[in-house]
Amino acid sequence: MMRKRRTAITITLFAACLLVWLPLLVMAAAVLMPEDELYWRYLSPLGLGQDRVRAALLPSYPSLDSLLELLVRSPGFFKMFWNSCIQVFPMLLGQLAAAAPAAWALAKFQFPGKRQLFGAYVVLMVLPFQVTQVSDYLVLDRLGILDSHLALIMPGIWSALPVYIMTKSFETVPEALVEAAYLDGAGELYAFFHIGVPLGYPGIATALMLSFVDRWNALEQPVTYLKDRTLWPVSLYLPDIARDKASVAFAAALITCLLPVLTYLNCQEELEQGVAASGVKQ
Amino acid sequence: MRRKIVPWLFLAPSLGGVILFTGLPFLDVVKRSFQDAMGTRFVGMDNYRAVLANSAFRLAAGNTVRFLAVCIPLLMTVSFTAALLISAGSNIGRESKGAADTGDRYSVFRTTLVLPMTIPAASMVLVWKILLCPDGVLNQFLSGASGRTWQVDWAFSRWAFPVLTATYLWKNTGYDMILWLAGLQGISGELYEAAKMDGAGVFARMWYITLPGLKGTFGLVGILSVVNSFRVYREAYLLAGSYPDASIYLIPHLFAHWFLDLDIQKMTAAAAMMTAIALILAVIMGMPGMKRRKR
Repeated sequence: MMRKRRTAITITLFAACLLVWLPLLVMAAAVLMPEDELYWRYLSPLGLGQDRVRAALLPSYPSLDSLLELLVRSPGFFKMFWNSCIQVFPMLLGQLAAAAPAAWALAKFQFPGKRQLFGAYVVLMVLPFQVTQVSDYLVLDRLGILDSHLALIMPGIWSALPVYIMTKSFETVPEALVEAAYLDGAGELYAFFHIGVPLGYPGIATALMLSFVDRWNALEQPVTYLKDRTLWPVSLYLPDIARDKASVAFAAALITCLLPVLTYLNCQEELEQGVAASGVKQ
Repeated sequence: MRRKIVPWLFLAPSLGGVILFTGLPFLDVVKRSFQDAMGTRFVGMDNYRAVLANSAFRLAAGNTVRFLAVCIPLLMTVSFTAALLISAGSNIGRESKGAADTGDRYSVFRTTLVLPMTIPAASMVLVWKILLCPDGVLNQFLSGASGRTWQVDWAFSRWAFPVLTATYLWKNTGYDMILWLAGLQGISGELYEAAKMDGAGVFARMWYITLPGLKGTFGLVGILSVVNSFRVYREAYLLAGSYPDASIYLIPHLFAHWFLDLDIQKMTAAAAMMTAIALILAVIMGMPGMKRRKR
């Protein structure tokens, strides 16, 4: 009876996972297709004409043409990939520097106004990006950094979600450890760097990873802030792809998602712990 | 005395940035929402009246509320089911085979279900088009199954709403599932054992132990689902462009159009209103996620 139930559960979950695996397989297969096969199968989805879709989970014969074409002969893609790196990684560093200490204070100190302050971060976090974007736009305009990489880096640093996630994670750090460190004469910075950071590490990693995924995927911000198309990030390569480059679209889709996916597979454990901490009410 | 200033020193970088980049400009937003286009003359509530009377705003606000009302309960149910299945599956495994081989199979499922969250919307759009375009797989399947020809343009018709819902579920189920799993783990196994001894069935255990034990998780999952829900604009935009079917014309579409026209008055008034609504909701819900007890 137990065994039967377990089999039923496994089958259900397997079916759910197929919904994830199949689309990814379709994408992977399309990356390996030579140009003529791509046009034969996917003319309509690529926006090149009207023809029956002939979906496949394997290419008729594998070819690296479209990957090579994208990586070796598409300087535009390379430039946009590099733009993404410039816009995302400094922003993550900034987030780390600003959010981690703030979260430590919210999690481990008692001070008047703390509840309201944390509530304010939660409200900021829930507001749709488009609402805070109006404020951001006014500041960027005043600072004269619209149409530069800074326009994407600066507002991102002050995002409220990382503060929330890190706070929840720091709250799981045992109070006794912190107290013991103080008794041993540890200073505030020592307690933060040697107890908070190592023990709250899953939350820090999670917050940065979620920000990374979100910003690597940025769409609204660059479209609104960057009139100069040479600054556009890689997330806008596919939406804006030229007709004669359509054959590399799937390769671009794969390369674009490679970095976030590999990061996730590498830091999976931290991510699960970090997200889990933010779901526990303490 | 020294201790009192310490938390504020830790908070300073973040707070300073938030005040400079969000707080002060927001005051500017509020000020401008009461002014005319040139920012010279106060016009009272005119901008607010203009926004509320704007038919595009009414459409977008209604659709956004509808989207949240449909998608969030749906997402919470689906992810909760997935979490229950995974936790039940690995518990049975632990009872019947010992701890050794339990995790493995189920951790593959967990990894898989979380994976979509990390994949950029732009990467998946081509695959969704293969499935959903008029010549696509879904229509072929339905034609084959029903015997008549299907030529629905799923992303551009009244079906756009369910399509968007599906992409939202595809992307966010894993995240919520981890939250639920954390909540489930917090419930003591002894409670279930005791209930079983007393003859409580599966549903009784669910109703009297599992659900009450997840009370705290419930609100947090809801909030984090709302946070993720506004990102669905990316899928909507990439699949259906900036003028989609009326059923999925959401607040972000509207703001994108106002931004193109630089309609500062409407934008500021709408932003101020939405912030006010969020604040009111936050106060009503009593700042969820915050510790209440004093230490």
